[in-house]
Amino acid sequence: MSFISYLINGLSLGSVYAIIALGYTMVYGIAKMLNFAHGDVIMIGAYMALISMTQAGMPPIIAILIAVGVCTLLGVVIERIAYKPLRNASSSLAVLITAIGVSYLLQNVALLVFGANAQTFPSVIKWKGLSLAGGKLNISGETIVTIVVCLIIMAALITFVQKSKPGQAMRAVSEDKGAAQLMGINVNGTIALTFAIGSALAAVAGVLLCSAYPSLTPYTGALPGIKAFVAAVFGGIGSIPGAFIGGLLLGVIEIFGRAYISSQMADAIVFAVLIIVLLVKPAGLLGKKIQEKV
Amino acid sequence: MQKTMKNKISTMNKNTRKNLITYAIVIAAFAVMQTLISTGSVSSLLEGLMVPICIYVILAVSLNLVVGILGELSLGHAGFMCVGAFASAFFSKCMRDVITVDIVRFLLALLIGIAAAAVFGILIGIPVLRLKGDYLAIVTLAFGEIIKNLVNVLYIGKDANGFHFSTKDVMALDMEPDGTVIVNGPQGITGTPKDATFLIGFILILITLFIVLNLINSRDGRAIMSIRDNRIAAESIGINVTKYKLMAFTVSAALAGAAGVLYAHNLSTLTANTNNFGYNQSIMILVFVVLGGIGNIRGSIIAAVILTLLPELLRGLSDYRMLIYAIVLIVMMLFNWAPRAIEWREKYLRFGRKKKEAVQ
Amino acid sequence: MALLDVKNLGISFGGLRAVNAFDISIEKEELYGLIGPNGAGKTTVFNLLTGVYKPDSGKVLLDGQDITGKKTIDISKAGIARTFQNIRLFKKLSVLDNVKAGLHNRHPYSTLEGILRLPGYRRAEREMDEKAMDLLKVFDLENYAHVDAANLPYGQQRRLEIARALATEPKLLLLDEPAAGMNPNETGELMDMIRFVREEFHMTILLIEHDMKLVSGICERLTVLNFGETLSQGRTPDVLNDPQVITAYLGE
Repeated sequence: MSFISYLINGLSLGSVYAIIALGYTMVYGIAKMLNFAHGDVIMIGAYMALISMTQAGMPPIIAILIAVGVCTLLGVVIERIAYKPLRNASSSLAVLITAIGVSYLLQNVALLVFGANAQTFPSVIKWKGLSLAGGKLNISGETIVTIVVCLIIMAALITFVQKSKPGQAMRAVSEDKGAAQLMGINVNGTIALTFAIGSALAAVAGVLLCSAYPSLTPYTGALPGIKAFVAAVFGGIGSIPGAFIGGLLLGVIEIFGRAYISSQMADAIVFAVLIIVLLVKPAGLLGKKIQEKV
Repeated sequence: MQKTMKNKISTMNKNTRKNLITYAIVIAAFAVMQTLISTGSVSSLLEGLMVPICIYVILAVSLNLVVGILGELSLGHAGFMCVGAFASAFFSKCMRDVITVDIVRFLLALLIGIAAAAVFGILIGIPVLRLKGDYLAIVTLAFGEIIKNLVNVLYIGKDANGFHFSTKDVMALDMEPDGTVIVNGPQGITGTPKDATFLIGFILILITLFIVLNLINSRDGRAIMSIRDNRIAAESIGINVTKYKLMAFTVSAALAGAAGVLYAHNLSTLTANTNNFGYNQSIMILVFVVLGGIGNIRGSIIAAVILTLLPELLRGLSDYRMLIYAIVLIVMMLFNWAPRAIEWREKYLRFGRKKKEAVQ
Repeated sequence: MALLDVKNLGISFGGLRAVNAFDISIEKEELYGLIGPNGAGKTTVFNLLTGVYKPDSGKVLLDGQDITGKKTIDISKAGIARTFQNIRLFKKLSVLDNVKAGLHNRHPYSTLEGILRLPGYRRAEREMDEKAMDLLKVFDLENYAHVDAANLPYGQQRRLEIARALATEPKLLLLDEPAAGMNPNETGELMDMIRFVREEFHMTILLIEHDMKLVSGICERLTVLNFGETLSQGRTPDVLNDPQVITAYLGE
């Protein structure tokens, strides 16, 4: 029974990683940059939801909408101010280092505003969950809701990218920025839209993550952010289904590693997965291999 | 003909002169601080900062070898520092009663720390250097975190029967009652001799500079920079890309190991946590490199000194320390690398224009 | 015996036969042209010869030595140097250092000698400086020796790339569209320079070019590629009058 319960917990954690990984993978696919600050947008989203609920006494659903709104705006502003000016920089390190700077900035602003002490995050899910097999297998409401939300987001996003006009523009920009521009696609707008969607998803991920692990600090987003990037690489960076599969697998690996190998080594195991994937199959499970043109 | 020869000699001197100025600045700064300390006109707080400053200078200069000269972003620099720190502290603690001459013991510990970090540099470098850009950065970060994680589950004890290892806890070491715990998991190593001094730190900085500057201005340095500027062209003229990448990475790791040795021998208790050996530390070193100018060795030294001193001296600032670092990173990158900022600078500011004039 | 002897060279990229059954034989000190429409596979041939790609069929002999499928570094050591269609200089290194990088394998000294500044370092660096300056003089670049390569005007960048390639002391020099982006005046100068390089260094040269004036002006023999296949091969005037070649270039 414990195996199944670990598996379900792993899938739940993996769903959160998958939602975060989507933000990475879409931004990477289109802007060809690793948005290091993505994990910290999650943290900002969680704080926004927390304040809305505890300070302003809003119902959870409104609080989530506020978090999504703030993060969307934040994502677009970050892109406009910090990343866009460096889009044609001669060194690709420039934008990566800037992204690290933005990550630090968000963490430290949060530290000054909200303080270093961990705050308890009230779960937004009131449902108690399921009790199966005569009480031997309990699945919390958070776990089920997280998995369901992840599935819905994934389906919606795939439909959006495949069917809608802006979604097609996204695919065009990720294939070839120059050609997309010539075809009359608004490249800047498309990139901004990608950041907006990724950041909105980050807010959702933040609320789900803190509902399951209710302790919120300014550093809450950093490690899940990096792990979600690992998930995105695992699945194949740039691929939306890849982010989904990578996220789920990584969540399961982490929970199993924590349970069966060593709880202190769980993070090391996740990073070891990244290293192995990149060395054995650098393009990830579903990614495309790109060769440098001579 | 004669004109070009003269021209050549003058610029060769220019390079050497630039390096000599760097040495002179370091020596002068040391002389001034040492005088102030010996006349007792320096607060104990500031005096206590001298060894950490040396540590950060060595870290920044060595990271610049990878970021500025090799052109790859490593976010695992603190991991190599961690290896050097623990390997040397382990040695010093074991040998505390065997080798009683402090300086001999410290030199041996230094060599061990450097060697251990270099070995890790090679082991990690071989797989990592096949990657590049963002992937390389994130994998070095991963390795750094794994090293920190491993150190935290490491238990080593010693009794009459020899060494005992475990990754679980002290009890699992299964020692005789007379045994002593040397490495105690998350509690780390306690009782390392406090052998690091400002003078030793200063000498290590000079050695680091000597190695890094001479490496850059040699055939090997040219090969490393040619890989940075254009890997495919470097291969086409017969430069062994893997070898030189690994060389830069390993030298950098070894020097970070030396900084770790200093760090371990400046504290009585050595533990591995997020702030000293985690990626936060790696990023802080990166801030020094970026502020000082990527590829600019003298800049790294100055940035490391200023950014270590400022928050400590201006106490009111220390709350904002990390915030300031973050803003420094973003603004420096935008100012130095954004195409529009470069255009603006060339139009309105003096520097950056000189090179163009030389062409016309 | 020919300096370069290539038999049946070929490579496919995912079903597409980029180069097929490519044969070429170049004599010592010959100036040979490889021409063909865009996408004919000319640069792919260069990439096969220099080990950027591994051929899936065929054999490459350089001066009697089999270099088929070897790594780029080893091929450079065996004696093939090249330039690139889109110039690939070491932009942040000085013009002098670009050439000295080309001398890398010709004046070796150990890392330790370099760091400790031992006599071996001083001797090798002095020799490199002298040789590099001599090469720069050949290409009229000596006054730019200490300028960053990125700050050179376009034409000079092309010349520096040739100088860097020659620094490796190759037996065979491959030039990939050396006249691309040049005006007729500059192209004229370039032709003189290529001829001069051949005389001065007794160099064998294979070049890819679109500029027919340049090709017919300096190349003794030509090979024409079209869709990866060899369309025509032989002495320059014969090839240029070959009706098949005219069709391929002008269309039907």
